[in-house]
Amino acid sequence: GRRPSNPAWCSPVDGNYCLTCGSDKTLKLWNPLRGTLLRTYSGHGYEVLDAAGSFDNSSLCSGGGDKAVVLWDVASGQVVRKFRGHAGKVNTVQFNEEATVILSGSIDSTIRCWDCRSRKPEPIQTLDEARDGISSVKVSDHEVLAGSVDGRVRRYDLRMGQLFSDYVGSPITCICFSRDGQCTLVSSLDSTLRLLDKDTGELLGEYTGHKNKEYKLDCCLSERDTHVVSCSEDGKVFFWDLVEGALALALPVGPGVVQSLAYHPMEPCLLTAMGGSIQCWREETYEAEGAPG
Amino acid sequence: MAALDSDSDEDLVSYGTGLEPLEEGERPKKPIPLQDQTVRDEKGRYKRFHGAFSGGFSAGYFNTVGSKEGWTPSSFVSSRQNRADKSVLGPEDFMDEEDLSEFGIAPKSIVTTDDFASKTKDRIREKARQLAAATAPIPGATLLDDLITPAKLSIGFELLRKMGWKEGQGIGPRVKRRPRRQKPDPGVKIYGCALPPGGSEGSEDEDDDYLPENVTFAPKDVTPVDFTPKDNVHGLAYKGLDPHQALFGTSGEHFNLFSGGPEETSNLLGDIGVNKGRKLGISGQAFGVGALEEEDDDIYAMETLSKYDTVLKDEEPGDGLYGWTAPRQYKSQKESEKDLRYIGKILDGFSLASKPLSSKKVYPPPELPRDYRPVHYFRPVVAATSENSHLLQVLSESAGKPTNDPGTHSRHQLNACKRGELLGETPIQGAPTSVLEFLSQKDKERLKEVKQATDLKAAQLRARSLAQSASGSRPQPSSPDVGHCSWHMALSGGTATTRTSNFKPFAKDPAKQKRYEEFLVNMKRGQKDALERCLDPGMTEWERGRERDEFARAALLYASSHSTLSSRFTHAKEEDDSDQVEVPRDQENDVSDKQSAVKMKMFGKLTRDAFEWHPDKLLCKRFNVPDPYPDSTLVGLPRVKRDKYSVFNFLTIPETASSPVTQASSEKVPQHRGSDKSRKPSRWDTSKEEKKEDSISEFLSLARSKVGPAKPEPSPSVNKEEERAMESVSNKVVNKDVDSQTEGEGSRPSMDLFKAIFASSSDEKSSSSEDEEGDSEDDQEGTREADSKSSQETDLAEASSVAQASEPAPQEPAPFFPIQKMQIDEREAFGPRLPPVFCPNARQKLEAPLKEKHKKNKEKHKTKKEHKRKKEKKKKHRKHKHKGKQKNKKAEKSSSSESTDSSDSHSEEGPADLSPQELLRRLKRLPLRRQ
Repeated sequence: GRRPSNPAWCSPVDGNYCLTCGSDKTLKLWNPLRGTLLRTYSGHGYEVLDAAGSFDNSSLCSGGGDKAVVLWDVASGQVVRKFRGHAGKVNTVQFNEEATVILSGSIDSTIRCWDCRSRKPEPIQTLDEARDGISSVKVSDHEVLAGSVDGRVRRYDLRMGQLFSDYVGSPITCICFSRDGQCTLVSSLDSTLRLLDKDTGELLGEYTGHKNKEYKLDCCLSERDTHVVSCSEDGKVFFWDLVEGALALALPVGPGVVQSLAYHPMEPCLLTAMGGSIQCWREETYEAEGAPG
Repeated sequence: MAALDSDSDEDLVSYGTGLEPLEEGERPKKPIPLQDQTVRDEKGRYKRFHGAFSGGFSAGYFNTVGSKEGWTPSSFVSSRQNRADKSVLGPEDFMDEEDLSEFGIAPKSIVTTDDFASKTKDRIREKARQLAAATAPIPGATLLDDLITPAKLSIGFELLRKMGWKEGQGIGPRVKRRPRRQKPDPGVKIYGCALPPGGSEGSEDEDDDYLPENVTFAPKDVTPVDFTPKDNVHGLAYKGLDPHQALFGTSGEHFNLFSGGPEETSNLLGDIGVNKGRKLGISGQAFGVGALEEEDDDIYAMETLSKYDTVLKDEEPGDGLYGWTAPRQYKSQKESEKDLRYIGKILDGFSLASKPLSSKKVYPPPELPRDYRPVHYFRPVVAATSENSHLLQVLSESAGKPTNDPGTHSRHQLNACKRGELLGETPIQGAPTSVLEFLSQKDKERLKEVKQATDLKAAQLRARSLAQSASGSRPQPSSPDVGHCSWHMALSGGTATTRTSNFKPFAKDPAKQKRYEEFLVNMKRGQKDALERCLDPGMTEWERGRERDEFARAALLYASSHSTLSSRFTHAKEEDDSDQVEVPRDQENDVSDKQSAVKMKMFGKLTRDAFEWHPDKLLCKRFNVPDPYPDSTLVGLPRVKRDKYSVFNFLTIPETASSPVTQASSEKVPQHRGSDKSRKPSRWDTSKEEKKEDSISEFLSLARSKVGPAKPEPSPSVNKEEERAMESVSNKVVNKDVDSQTEGEGSRPSMDLFKAIFASSSDEKSSSSEDEEGDSEDDQEGTREADSKSSQETDLAEASSVAQASEPAPQEPAPFFPIQKMQIDEREAFGPRLPPVFCPNARQKLEAPLKEKHKKNKEKHKTKKEHKRKKEKKKKHRKHKHKGKQKNKKAEKSSSSESTDSSDSHSEEGPADLSPQELLRRLKRLPLRRQ
């Protein structure tokens, strides 16, 4: 697989666990600080492309090449539900804030909202406005942010009942909200990260220097929104100052493509994935530990 | 029942159940009197003699269903987790233990199943079936079932087959010997006693020796001799009343029905036929013949003399029963001969064929010609371009395919009009009544003017498409984008066949589609009068004009719609036979200007589209968000119904696309050139600009020949635009309004007109009803408002609607039309990407009397004000529903724009012809929310 592993901080609240998924059709729950494997969740038929954890750490969701979205019970390791309906690979999955809905974005250019509460097999709603595959989906308390390969960032505002579509032009690989919820960070295949004002769609900052031409690489903001972090195809992780846009650090990770990364929600701690292994980076006072993926 | 008492001495063996030890001081229990002693089962229920299925009356728990707790369903078991455990409930699940016990109806003792049992059938089933047959309304109805039984082989057969055994072979290791002769030589007759079995093989050894030594053969099959001891006192081979036949003879040996001979069959069937009245069909010879029965003859049918050998003759040698003369069931010599041919066992369910198979005649293969090469040679595939169309034609002719020549119609391709034309009839005047006849004279004149304009436009369109197809055949530079584009162009200039197979805009009307295909063919051949030639002469002038326009558009459209259609393949969700498609009311804008905005890093208003979007109610609930549209049943983007096969469908998409209905961004996204609309650019279309310039000269000359006054000068668009922006600073108000108006009208007028006349009533009805059902009235208002706003040509729409109502237009001076139309048409003719080259036009505009312009402006503003008022109303209407920040901001903005009407009015339309500087300036003025 192109993405052998893909870390995600399983617990967005305290960041004690990390979740990886990969081409071995399993999800793995780790303690990233110690590098110990806590649990393996198997049940997918193909590679697992994305996974996310719920706010209370009680359930996980994942999506993969088998076009299915799976809801897992963390403790028992069982598949709670399997949602089928996507016509293509599921690129990205997210819980909403209360873990009542799973939003999954697929290569079939739809986002489907699956209800975790009822037992209906159909999604609550299918957002099929995109013209090409969905590469990234993020959810806030009342918005769904979706980046698509058709070069648009769509924000569905449930409270306002509106859809805002921002044209970026180049296929979008990753999007995320800033932690204050005012901006969106958009990375696209023209090797550029853009910080857009969420409400108006204006460009607040542009970050270049890394290389992102062909792969779906991740980007994120640091724990206090001070830095913009992005993977790069040249084996480094780039840090930019959010306000000034200047390159703060190019962290050499390894020889290959840094496929994915995740930033700790509270602490300056970064997980990177490269070639089947996950690395955990911390400040110099900590020592870096590697965990085999 | 030997219970070992572990407590006591281990040497002792005690039998029976020991009495409970008496406790000190306890009175010994009274023995239970006999009448109180009851037999209970292990569950404490009274012991019954019957289970529920075998007639027991106390089913379940004390004559109830279920258990002590009442009726409890079997607890729910997730089928997801234990998919494998999921079992289908059988009758056993509802049976009591008694039923399953030894004497119940379903004893659970181990028996061999059908698969392993050799021939014996399930007796109970057999009996039940026979009973059913006897009591069935049609007696003997199961006869057919018996006749048709699935060929079922026992497991032994299957195992043997898997091991390589074949029917007719013996079992055992393969042996080295000659194949046994299957048939006795007809010429050789053996008299006397049959040869011993060993001898036959030996004799075979003597003749033919052509087989090599190393070939092994399967051993000979041995038919087992059934040595059933005779345990009755009947005569030899006497069969008494067959108990199976007693019940209509539906026994297991059903094939005996036929092999048993004609008498027997007829007898049996006759019994069934005659004894219809009887309930129980006991028949048979043992009971003699009833008084009412006629047939008397073979009372002892079972034993005719013919069953016995009267002559000593040789048994069939393949039988394996050498010398064994037990009576066989054949009766006639013929039958025995039949049996002679087949040595093996007759399969269950099969009978011997009465006639031998006629051997197939085998013909020798045809003789190959001497120079035959067994390799197929393919004709070279000729890519279809306009250059080699003649070659193609020749090829297709040589392949025997009829060409689509308009002159050589087959009989079936003609319609009534064409046949009439061939016969020299005058076209019927009365039938196709034109809408024109219902119009007043004034309207007719106006329509005529419009039509002339559209004719002109159609000619220009044709010219352009010709030019396109010509340019498509040119070799293109090979950057990836351009490569795609050239492919694109080649398609657009491709053959009619490829085109029509992919894109059938008039599939609803086959005749029209045919004409359209003809038109494409003609156009591809470069015939200038392609349109005129293919049009139906039987039509009225008006219809022809309309069709001409449609064809030209459709021909152009193919190229554009192809990219949009192919960009996203999805499964057809709608049924194909429904005439209408649901199209999102609002669509994202063309990306061309957005791309430029992105290039200039001017994100924000230019790159943003905002739509009304209805989240599902449940989704809102799950997100803990109040439903923004509590009254609406709509989900997703608002949709409108459109005719599926109408060209309007394709034409209107860009038009609606440029009208975001919600006023989230009160400043409108720029309108496009009219001509740009007909062509929906895809991501790949960026390089089309260069291509255009390639072909510019060509179609300019063409256009010039068509249109006299137009003298466009090709020049790079950006420069021109800047120039214009500079220019527009001075006479912004005057120029831009007229300009934008013309732009807005660009592609629409004819279509709108057509719609107003032809399709208006139904279309409007459907869309309005849709809105009503989908949304509250304010939304409807919004659509209408947005529509009128986006089109920016209320005047024309009004005019057309007026024309439809056959009323003279009150407020719009008629003379505007032709002038306007001419401008539009010229615009549209010269491609989407061309810069505003219409210097003569511009000049013309400037030279036009100022008075008129002011008037026009005033009107424009008036309508705009109206819109704004409406908008305000709507906003107020909505404000109490949800107080979004943005909304308030919008309201402020629009109120401010109300005060500065003139300046705002042109900021609302077409930033397409604004310079980047201007845009930047304006953007800077906007309130920014930076942190």
